Amino acid sequence: MTRRIGAIAFNTFREAVRDRVLYNLIIFAFLMIGASLLLGQITIGVERQLLINLGLTAISIFGVLIAIFIGIGLVSKEIDKRTLYTVLTRPVQRWEFIVGKFFGLVGTLVVNAGLMTLGFFIALMYLMHGLQSSDTSILAAIYFILLEFMMVTAIALLLSSFSTPIESAVLTFAIFVVGSFSEDLRNFAESAKGSTHYAALAFSYLIPNFAAMNYIAPVAHGSPVPANLIAYNTAYGLLYAGAVVCAASLIFQNRNLK
Amino acid sequence: MKERSQHAVSLALTALIVVTFAGSAWALHRLQQARPNANLEDVLYIPSAKTLKRMSLGYDGLLADIYWTRAVQYFGDKHRRRALGYPLLYPLLDITTELDPHLIVAYRFGATFLAQQPPDGAGQPERAVQLIETGIRNNPDNWRLYFDLGFVYSMNLQDYQAAANAFLRGSELPHTHPFLRIMAAQMAQHGGELQTARMLWQATYNSTDDVAIKANAKLHLQALDVDETVPKLEELVKDYRDKTGTQPTSFFPLVQAGLLPRVPTDPLGMPYKLFPDGHVEVQDPQAWSFIRQGLPPDTGTRLPAKP
Amino acid sequence: MVTIETFGLEKTYRVGFWRRKPKLALRPLTLSVNEGEIFGYLGPNGAGKTTTLKLLMGLAEPSSGGCKILGGRISDPAVRAQIGFLPEQPYFYDHLTPLELLNYFAALSAVPAKDRTRRIDAALKRVGLDEDAWATQLRKFSKGMLQRVGLAQAILHEPKLIILDEPMSGLDPMGRREVRDLIEELNHEGRTIFFSTHILSDAEALCDRVAILNRGELKGVGVVADLVGSVNGNVEIMWHGAEAASAIRARGFEVHAVGETVRAVVPESEVDRVIDTLRTQRAKLVSVTPMRTTLEDYFVAKIGGPAEVAR
Repeated sequence: MTRRIGAIAFNTFREAVRDRVLYNLIIFAFLMIGASLLLGQITIGVERQLLINLGLTAISIFGVLIAIFIGIGLVSKEIDKRTLYTVLTRPVQRWEFIVGKFFGLVGTLVVNAGLMTLGFFIALMYLMHGLQSSDTSILAAIYFILLEFMMVTAIALLLSSFSTPIESAVLTFAIFVVGSFSEDLRNFAESAKGSTHYAALAFSYLIPNFAAMNYIAPVAHGSPVPANLIAYNTAYGLLYAGAVVCAASLIFQNRNLK
Repeated sequence: MKERSQHAVSLALTALIVVTFAGSAWALHRLQQARPNANLEDVLYIPSAKTLKRMSLGYDGLLADIYWTRAVQYFGDKHRRRALGYPLLYPLLDITTELDPHLIVAYRFGATFLAQQPPDGAGQPERAVQLIETGIRNNPDNWRLYFDLGFVYSMNLQDYQAAANAFLRGSELPHTHPFLRIMAAQMAQHGGELQTARMLWQATYNSTDDVAIKANAKLHLQALDVDETVPKLEELVKDYRDKTGTQPTSFFPLVQAGLLPRVPTDPLGMPYKLFPDGHVEVQDPQAWSFIRQGLPPDTGTRLPAKP
Repeated sequence: MVTIETFGLEKTYRVGFWRRKPKLALRPLTLSVNEGEIFGYLGPNGAGKTTTLKLLMGLAEPSSGGCKILGGRISDPAVRAQIGFLPEQPYFYDHLTPLELLNYFAALSAVPAKDRTRRIDAALKRVGLDEDAWATQLRKFSKGMLQRVGLAQAILHEPKLIILDEPMSGLDPMGRREVRDLIEELNHEGRTIFFSTHILSDAEALCDRVAILNRGELKGVGVVADLVGSVNGNVEIMWHGAEAASAIRARGFEVHAVGETVRAVVPESEVDRVIDTLRTQRAKLVSVTPMRTTLEDYFVAKIGGPAEVAR
């Protein structure tokens, strides 16, 4: 079982890495990091803060874009192009396929994030003429971003298991945007009354809460990352992604292929 | 036709979904407890409103709306819990108006709720003035902002000269309200008086559509009613005692004596209480935020400083 | 042993905007394929052949009825491990090479790691894929080359049952011949082959039995040897000598002349008289051949209308 999942994961990774879309997006991320260096020169005294804010936000957004572009290819494209037929007719369970795809894409994103982080730290070193110990908190913030990637990937996978590539891409991006403002949604839920209150509250738990996981601003300010935050974020990210991947498997399990 | 083994897999997956999702909801709950104001934190950490505007990539209007909503909810939330301070209110309003300089209601909201004392406001009238001046800079033709400026100077800073100046500036606009000229004159002679306060609050009530500002103005007007009525009632009681030689224990004797048409009630409809020593109180002091008269004698800290 | 058995296998799709219009893709199908056979599944395009194969392979769920494969269910991985499947117009991962692709599939089919290289090389050689192409990315492959790769992945794990959807499509006559030979070879190794096609000559040459499907309905099943080759009562006569043609034509028989060579189709009973006529006309006889029924005749008879035939 694990061998098959591993084979699917590796194949997904290999296919993703050879897709040119990936490299374009990484280049864009580097451009953004470079641009934030320039922007910092305009405002005095806040270059470091600006670089970290903008740089990590760039990594976050481009990572999500990569997750979407490749994520929709995970299942939608495979069904569209029928590459799936010769895989599923082998002794592979449908859920193994989904799980393997998931790990393959997460692996791709980790490598991408690694590259972008490298670029970022180079920019940081150039700006600050060296690194300081408080910069380790930046790594924690990037770790949180990786957890967000994992959740977005799971959602892209879920959506692509029953909708077309375009639909899944748009919906995943929409969920990402809404999820970034889910704290505001929760505030609204708390001040609402009656059925609106419960509906909004339920919805705010259903969509991923990226606002609560986002630690870019405090880290840019130099704040350390408390250990309990790392624990809760990890738990939340893993459990949520897990639930969504299971849902994707469930849907895919029962799907007729065209 | 489904296989039994396929059913088993579907069942196992469904069970797993429920368990992991419940777990994620729990983890999220703990996460939110650990970071109660995650989305407000960036207000603390952003170096300046101008920097945020630069980073907003052109989506100023949308972000302004979001920050405006956060400002209102921040205030409402804390006000419900009778907070002793609202440190983030000014930064939130500052960011809102930086992103959308023409969001008048944000300036007006700040005029009221930054200037008032806690728990009904941030107790930062100077910040209020700062915000309104920014508003005037960005919207020089809006007479309401000059009104608010004069208001804050008069009611919260007791600087009647500055208030008169503000009203005067506003009265010289091409499209203004005649009221401003009246208030400018009023300031000069009757700065700290009740009548002036009533005019100001009535004007505030009439000049806005914002629900929160209107409600607040109404509370003030009702409080002014009490502030006006209580000393008059106490005067009447003194008159009665002087005339008849007895200290009344309720208002009935005064009604019978023709000094009052009926038992007096406050704007909330509750009858005033007369005490043996001659002082008058409202039925329920807890129900009143802004009154200065008609309170129990030992509410020391409750009474704000007299003008 | 029966390799494939279907019981009233049916598939109805719901189409239309609100998914309310039912479209019957396959009427209840009851069919069986025996071990060691080469079984041809024939029918015009759109008859429902691919739908049947998808139902057999578990890619879609039947609306009613069921099937047994190798004595078990397709959902059982152990059953699937013994089946090789080639879908219609296969498409593979663009950025992989045939070697990488087959390695991936071999891993999924639990081919032991130490055997993989050997089996992959053997499979690729068997399907006739040029060795230069083995390490080229699949996006550069022609349709015919992809078809060969498709066949390779179907036989890689030495399956007992091989199901092919239009295996000859995209191949030139040489390629088709190679695939025909391959199918026969595989059959001699004891494997059961079930393939769908609309090319009747291939089916006639290869199959032990055929089934004919039209508009989702099974029209007929038969042993090829029985259906083909029986003398249908006509005889084909060919000769040199155009002048004789009119005399024969006058008798009401089918006559075609191309230059000096003439061809006529006459009933068996008339053969002697026609030959006499030709002799008196001094025509030079080339051949006298009894005509046999072809699969095409059976096909047309079962379908009862103009059929798409490729020769």
